[in-house]
Amino acid sequence: MSEFFSMGGYGFYVWGSYLVALVLMAGEVVTVLKRRKSLR
Amino acid sequence: MNFYKYASPAAFYPLAGKLIPWFAIPAAILFAVGLYVGFFVAPTDFQQGDAYRIMFIHVPAAWMGMLLYVLMAAYAGIGWAFNARLASMMASAIALTGAMFTFLSLVTGSLWGKPTWGIWWVWDARMTSTLILLFLYAGFISLQAAIDDPRRADRAAAVLALVGVINVPIIYFSVQWWNTLHQGATIRIMGKPSIAAPMLAALLIMLAACWLYSIAVVLTRLRRIIEEREQNASLFARSTV
Repeated sequence: MSEFFSMGGYGFYVWGSYLVALVLMAGEVVTVLKRRKSLR
Repeated sequence: MNFYKYASPAAFYPLAGKLIPWFAIPAAILFAVGLYVGFFVAPTDFQQGDAYRIMFIHVPAAWMGMLLYVLMAAYAGIGWAFNARLASMMASAIALTGAMFTFLSLVTGSLWGKPTWGIWWVWDARMTSTLILLFLYAGFISLQAAIDDPRRADRAAAVLALVGVINVPIIYFSVQWWNTLHQGATIRIMGKPSIAAPMLAALLIMLAACWLYSIAVVLTRLRRIIEEREQNASLFARSTV
């Protein structure tokens, strides 16, 4: 299991990439859904 | 059936609402499948080890950044040439998602470059032209925000978007035209792809997921833009008549 998370020593770069992707996409979805509420 | 009626923002608004779940739900499923194939089925690369797995988000993000720019410029151009409000609104709705994917491709590229090239960033042709793409998106968004009259803002932003299209083939062919650290195309239009089948499968599934995600988010944002603009229009009509 820890072998999987270490990604052959590249864990920081691999998981970092997917974390940034998750934050950006989730952030975009939340922002676009919130935009509706602020209007009313 | 008359499809032209959907060129009107008021008619398209409910249609877009109905379409969104049909893209959002498959997007979530394909992201899950793509990540599963990418992390559990695709083998470790013999040259790059597991660092290559960044590819499954980096390459789709880079493609979406370029494709969405072309789509945004096309809609902006149609909105300008045919005075079609909905097309201009679509261009504005695309801009932020395209900028997000371009930014994501730069960040993931940096995170991939550090372990494989030993450097976070180099001013080579591909990275520089991708950074210019991000600036073009930023220019489009801020130009539109800077002009009060929405239709004038649409026209000004359309000019910028259309001029900027020239940058997209420059990004695409940059790895062939100039010497660069960046590796060549993974999937070629002609000829065989340069990677193993499960890697290719994961890449294509992630690309499909990014497309579906983009459509769902852009349609949602388009509905917000229609609400804002059409509300202003009705208020304006009431105050002047």
